[in-house]
Amino acid sequence: MSGEVAAITMANRPAVAAAAMKDAAITALVAAGLFIPIVGLRTDVGADGALFVRQRWDDVAILVVLAFFGRLGLVTWRGLRGERRPASAARAEALRRAGTFVAPLLLGLAVALPFIPGTGRYELDLGILVLTYVMLGWGLNIVVGLAGLLDLGYVAFYAVGAYSYALLATTFGLSFWICLPLAGIMAAFWGILLGFPVLRLRGDYLAIVTLAFGEIIRVVLINWVSLTGGPNGITGIPRPTFFGLPFSMSGEPGTFAGFFGIEPSPVHRVIFLYYLILALALLTNWVSIRMRRQPLGRAWEAMREDEIACRSLGINIRNTKLTAFAIGAMFGGFAGAFFATRQGFISPESFTFIESAIILAIVVLGGMGSQIGIAIAAMVMIGGFEVFRDLDEYRMLVFGGVMVLIMVVRPRGLVGSRTPTVALGTRRAIGAEHVGQGRG
Amino acid sequence: MAYALQQLINGISLGMIYGLIAVGYTMVYGIIGMINFAHGDIFMIGAFIALISIVMLVSGGIMEGPAAILIVLLVSMCVTSLYGWTVERIAYRPLRGSFRLAPLISAIGMSIVLQNYVQVAQGARVKPIEPLVPGGVTVMQAEAFVVQFSFMQMMIIAVTLAVLAVFTWLVTRTPLGRAMRACEQDRKMAGLLGIDTDRTISLTFVIGASLAAVAGTMYLLRYGVIDFYIGFLAGVKAFTAAVLGGIGSLPGAVLGGLLIGLIETFWSAYFSVQYKDVAAFSILAIVLIFMPTGLLGRAEVEKV
Repeated sequence: MSGEVAAITMANRPAVAAAAMKDAAITALVAAGLFIPIVGLRTDVGADGALFVRQRWDDVAILVVLAFFGRLGLVTWRGLRGERRPASAARAEALRRAGTFVAPLLLGLAVALPFIPGTGRYELDLGILVLTYVMLGWGLNIVVGLAGLLDLGYVAFYAVGAYSYALLATTFGLSFWICLPLAGIMAAFWGILLGFPVLRLRGDYLAIVTLAFGEIIRVVLINWVSLTGGPNGITGIPRPTFFGLPFSMSGEPGTFAGFFGIEPSPVHRVIFLYYLILALALLTNWVSIRMRRQPLGRAWEAMREDEIACRSLGINIRNTKLTAFAIGAMFGGFAGAFFATRQGFISPESFTFIESAIILAIVVLGGMGSQIGIAIAAMVMIGGFEVFRDLDEYRMLVFGGVMVLIMVVRPRGLVGSRTPTVALGTRRAIGAEHVGQGRG
Repeated sequence: MAYALQQLINGISLGMIYGLIAVGYTMVYGIIGMINFAHGDIFMIGAFIALISIVMLVSGGIMEGPAAILIVLLVSMCVTSLYGWTVERIAYRPLRGSFRLAPLISAIGMSIVLQNYVQVAQGARVKPIEPLVPGGVTVMQAEAFVVQFSFMQMMIIAVTLAVLAVFTWLVTRTPLGRAMRACEQDRKMAGLLGIDTDRTISLTFVIGASLAAVAGTMYLLRYGVIDFYIGFLAGVKAFTAAVLGGIGSLPGAVLGGLLIGLIETFWSAYFSVQYKDVAAFSILAIVLIFMPTGLLGRAEVEKV
C-alpha cells in the first residue's frame, strides 16, 4: 500500500486505476485478516458455562466490502483532488474576519439560550454539560496550552473539587457560595502537591506521573469508605439555592418563586444552573485572557516556548510550574463543585481516566491555546456525543473514531491560528505551527 | 520465609507479563517518541485472539497439550501483529512529524475504538476458560504452608524468556534490528543513509504487537478470565514499568516490569490488596523524583 497515488490525468488513467484497485484489494485482504477472528467468531457463554463459538460470516463480508470500497473511494478522491493549494492570502483574511464574529456570536447564543423559544429541559441540560466541559477545557488549557505541561490526570482536581463540596456541604451544612471557593482552594492545594514531585520531570515522564496521580486519587476515593462512601459515593448533596432562596415548588415567600412572585417551575433551577456554569466558564476564560497579559502568564508562555532560555533570563521555573498547576487545578475544582451540586450525587465512577482523556482531547482538538477553539471542540465532541444517542453501543466507537479522524485531518486542531500575546508593531494572527508545544 | 518465596514466584510470573507489554511501549517510544496508548488494547486483542483459538482448537477437541498452546500462541501473534500494523497505518503514520500531542490524542482515540470494537463484536461479559496447564511442583513445605510452583508459572517464565531471547537477538544481531536502532538515534539521518524508515517503524509496531500477543496469551492462561477492559489497567501498569525502567531502554522495560509485578504481589500479600495500584504508582513517583529518567534511562542532553 503505497501512500501516495499520482494525480489522475487523462494519460495515466488506466495505470492509476489498476494501482487503486490493487491498493483496495490489499486493504480488503487486511480487513479480512482483522475481522475474521474478532467479528466472525463470536464467543458466547453456553448453557453449561463453557464458551462456544458462533460464526457470523455475513458481518465479516459486509465489513470487508466496506473496507474495499472505502479505500477505493479514498484513493480516487486523493487522485482527483491533486495537490492541495496553499491557502491564499485573501482567503485567510476572509477567514480571519469571519473568525472575529464567531466568538461574540457564540457568546450571545449562550446567554440567550434559555429564552430561545423551543428550548426545553433537555436542551438546557445539554447546554450545562457542554459548558462544564468548556470550563474544564479552558482550565486544563492553562496547564497544557499556556504552560506547555502535559497533564493526563486533570480529572483528579475535578474529583477533589466535587468531593470537597459534597463533604463540606453534607458534614458542616455550608452553603454553595462558601464551599465554591473552598473547593477551588482545595483543588489548587492538590495541584501544588502534584506539582512538587514532577518539577524535574519532562514530557512523557510527566504524563505518566500525572496519570498515576489521577488513578491514585480514584483508588483512594473508592477504598476510603469511611470518608467518601467508597464505590457508593455521596448522596443527598444539597441542591443550589438562589443566594439563599431555595428552588421549591411550594411557592412560599421564602422560596425563589415566592420571593419574586412568579409561578413555581422546575425549570427555574435548571436555568439558574445554566447561568451559573456559564458565569464560571466565562470567569475561567477571563482569567486566562488576563493572565496572558500579566508577568506570570507571560512566564508560562515563555516556559512553553523554551524552558532553558526562560531559566537563563532569571524566571523562577519552579514557581511558574507550580502556579500553572495550582491555577489550572483551581478551575477544575470549581467545575467539580458545580458538578456535585448539579448532580446531587457523586461517586468515583465519574472520575475515570477517560474523562481526563476527553478533556485533554478537547484542548488539543480545539487547537491548544485557542480559547474559542476549545469551546467549539467541546461543543462538537460532547454535543455530538449526545446527539448520536441512538447509536447505543456504537457511540463510544464512533467517538474514538472521530477523535482519530480530526487529529489525522487537522493535527493542529480545529482552529489553526493564534494571536500572539506580545508582538513588535501590530499583532497579527499566526499559524499554530509557530507556537511552541512545551516539553514539560 | 515460605510465604515470601511463594510471593516471589507469583510476582516474577506477573512481572514477566508486564515486562513483555512494556517492551512494546518502550520500543515505540524509542523510535518515534510517542506514547502508544493503544498498546494496552493491542494486548487485550491478543488475549481475545488466544481465547478464540483456544475455544476453536481445544474445546473443539481438535488438539490439546503443548502443541495446541504453541499454535494458539502463533495465531495470536500473527493476527495481533496485523492489528498493530493497521493501528500504526491508520492513526499514527499520517501524523508523522506532526506536533507532539497529536499522535497522543490519536492514540487515545484508537484505544477507545479498539476497546469498544471488541465490546461490540465479542460482548461485554467476562469470558472464562478451563485451565489448560494444571498441576505444579511443590518447592518447599514449611509448617502448614506449601510453596507451589505451578507448571503454568513455569511456562509463563520459560516462554517469556524464550521470546525475549529471540527479540534481543533480533534487535542486536539482525539488519532489521540495526535499522531500528539507527532510526531510534536519528530518523532523518537513517533515512538519508538508505533505511526505509516507514517500513522500520511499521515493523517495530508489528514486533511490539506480537510481544503483546504473547503477554495476552499468558495472561489468559494464568487468570482464565478476560474481558474487553483488561487492556487499560495492564497497559497503564506496563507503561509505568517502561517509565520506571527508563523509557527507551529495552532491558529497563523488563526490569521495570519485574519490579512492578513484585511490588504489586508483595504489597497485596503483606499490606492491602485495595491499595496495590497506589503502591506501584507511588513508587514510580518516588523513583522519578530521585532519578528523573528512570532506572536505566539515559539522561537527555539538552542542546541550546
